[in-house]
Amino acid sequence: MAFDEMRFADGGIRPPYAEVARWLQGVTSAQLERRRAEAELFYRRGGVTFAVYGDAQGEERIIPYDIIPRILSGVEWARLKTGLEQRIRTLNHYLADIYGPREILKAGIVPEDLVWQNPAYRPEMAGLAVPHGIHIHIAGIDIVRVDGDDFYVLEDNARTPSGVSYMLGGREISIRLMPELYAAHRVAPIENYPNELLATLQSTAPRNANKDPIAVLLTPGQYNSAYYEHSFLADKMGIELVEGSDLFVRDSVVFMRTTEGPKRVDIIYRRLDDAFIDPLVFDPGSMLGVPGLFAAYAAGNVTLANAVGTGAVDDKVVYSYVPDMVRFYLGEEPILKNVPTWRCRQKDDLAYVLDHLSELVVKEVHGSGGYGMLVGPHATGADIEEFRQRLLAAPANYIAQPTLSLSTCPAFVDQGIAPRHVDLRPFVLTGADGIRIVPGGLTRVALRQGSLVVNSSQGGGTKDTWVIEDPEMPEARA
Amino acid sequence: MLIHVRHRTRYHYEQPVKSIIQALRLMPRNHEGQYVRRWQIDLDHDGTLRPGEDAFGNVMHMLSLDGPIQDLCLTVEGEVDMQDTNGILRGTCERFPPQFFLRETPLTRADAAITEFARDLFGRHGGNALKTLHALLATLHLDMAFDTEPTDTSTSAADAFALKRGVCQDLSHVFIAAARVLNIPARYVGGYLMRSDEAIHQEAGHAWAEAHIPGLGWVGFDPANGICPTESHIRVGIGLDYLGAAPIRGARLGGASEKMAVEVTVADSHLDSQNGQDNQIRWQRPPETARQASQQFQA
Repeated sequence: MAFDEMRFADGGIRPPYAEVARWLQGVTSAQLERRRAEAELFYRRGGVTFAVYGDAQGEERIIPYDIIPRILSGVEWARLKTGLEQRIRTLNHYLADIYGPREILKAGIVPEDLVWQNPAYRPEMAGLAVPHGIHIHIAGIDIVRVDGDDFYVLEDNARTPSGVSYMLGGREISIRLMPELYAAHRVAPIENYPNELLATLQSTAPRNANKDPIAVLLTPGQYNSAYYEHSFLADKMGIELVEGSDLFVRDSVVFMRTTEGPKRVDIIYRRLDDAFIDPLVFDPGSMLGVPGLFAAYAAGNVTLANAVGTGAVDDKVVYSYVPDMVRFYLGEEPILKNVPTWRCRQKDDLAYVLDHLSELVVKEVHGSGGYGMLVGPHATGADIEEFRQRLLAAPANYIAQPTLSLSTCPAFVDQGIAPRHVDLRPFVLTGADGIRIVPGGLTRVALRQGSLVVNSSQGGGTKDTWVIEDPEMPEARA
Repeated sequence: MLIHVRHRTRYHYEQPVKSIIQALRLMPRNHEGQYVRRWQIDLDHDGTLRPGEDAFGNVMHMLSLDGPIQDLCLTVEGEVDMQDTNGILRGTCERFPPQFFLRETPLTRADAAITEFARDLFGRHGGNALKTLHALLATLHLDMAFDTEPTDTSTSAADAFALKRGVCQDLSHVFIAAARVLNIPARYVGGYLMRSDEAIHQEAGHAWAEAHIPGLGWVGFDPANGICPTESHIRVGIGLDYLGAAPIRGARLGGASEKMAVEVTVADSHLDSQNGQDNQIRWQRPPETARQASQQFQA
């Protein structure tokens, strides 16, 4: 039985959900259905769509939005926030280390091959002083709960995490469609996210930049699944949305082509993968990047957010060492837990995993987005056999984790109001002037009964996440 | 021996180019057995050339040029004092531990055929790394025919191995892929070769491989010639594969189609004076990578 965030096992209501429970008793299914339809219309009109790779039915579709908000108390959030800050400080230390003095390797804490053989480790970054020492400006750390006490990190997502537009869109809808419920709570605001993001980006401008540094958002273009979000964020921040061909490099300085002539660019919020940013250094066939961009970056003339090579922490074996990193770099005990992870590269772990495939979740070391994973308890015998062969062929490519019984929240589904599994992606911003996290994040919900896969690419939906401000707990505010 | 190198790259564009940017790995560094007496990079246009280093410590210049440019000539010229070290390298710039060079790249991925080939050689030499590498060197030299036609700079080791043909770059990629399969760190080297057949004028630089042997360190292997590098091999850039050591990677804005001609002369400095005059320019297709990178900026 999964931990339900609204109800205790005995059916009683957990305090943060008191108002929601009362409200749910007072609304009819017809009213909820009407609001759901309105929410869908809002997304459709706004063009908030998401392309699902491998979906033959069409290029883009709307991610289902569940109108019942998810509630976190101020106390829960305060603890989570402290844990997220600790986590991101650690990951930034780790990247500065593996691209710098390599202390953690010398200390024998992380095995060297996890750095040298990791394709996301970019040798070009070694010895490079990134502006203000920040590698991960924006992280979308996936968090799950299994009980009322602990938060577990599922993935750190330190490359180009997406989903923040759904977080902001969800809030707009809940204020509009459920004003009475919203008014009954002191919900911590998140609408300032674009301002916080812009402030974070501007704080990390190169030291030789102008006093009012120019930031742009670099997108791979309209065929990217998150293009809507790119244009949305650029618009909200009031910065230019550019593609590679809008930028050029001259004498190791980046310029943007404008109708008034070239304009110097200081900060690039790039939603383009490392491999594509500069054909002179990375994938030579890339048409999406800017030739010479990396040289400008290496010369310290432009900030890239995130830095190149941050994917070195997204490796799922590296993930399993993050608690050790917290102790190594900060001398602290980790506040957020790691999901226990079997490293299939290790013989004993592999043997255990092969014996317990029907109980475990098996993931590709470099996979993301819920693609290429096995959820043992929900898999067919054929799926399990297929994974067994894959594991035997390339054990180092896989890790396994226990099938976590993710917490549930009430959701409005075809069967009425029913508990569904959720996770949470808070967006953690790191600037030269500190860490900013707007309260909450994007809650993803597996709308199919019993499903544990919340990824939007796998048919998950989203929910608005309300962090309730407690006047007694000022730290609940970001 | 003092070796004189002149490496000239000429570009001709169908239409004037608006701007050009290139990353150049065209300058050798000193190490034991290789001492650069003088070396310079010249351009027949005004532009900026910023010196720096790449990930592996190769000297890398960033070249920026503003058009209109219809013809461009880039000349590298210098003299290097060379001594034979039996292929063993000392005093080289090392930024990463040898294990880093076990990393596979798209150009050096070993397919089933290369894997089997490598393991077979390894088995026949009793699991001795050095003996296996020498056998690999000899076998590739014999089995793979030198042929500039079927491959280009984007040809993978696996494709070249299947064709059993290629140029020095392809043979080096196969050598590297096979060594890595055996857990022997290996890397790509770009440079110049003074040829023993007295062909002073060449149409390209040279490429070979290096492998790391515990106790010996990095050792050079030149599969195109079936030998370890001698005092005739001037070492310019290293990388995981060709892309990491490529002498020129560039992009341009405008220009429509491009023609490129490369002429390289490598000769004993004391004999070189009578061979100084230019030979006939022979235009060729630009390398694949440069062509791809250029496309995005054409109208």
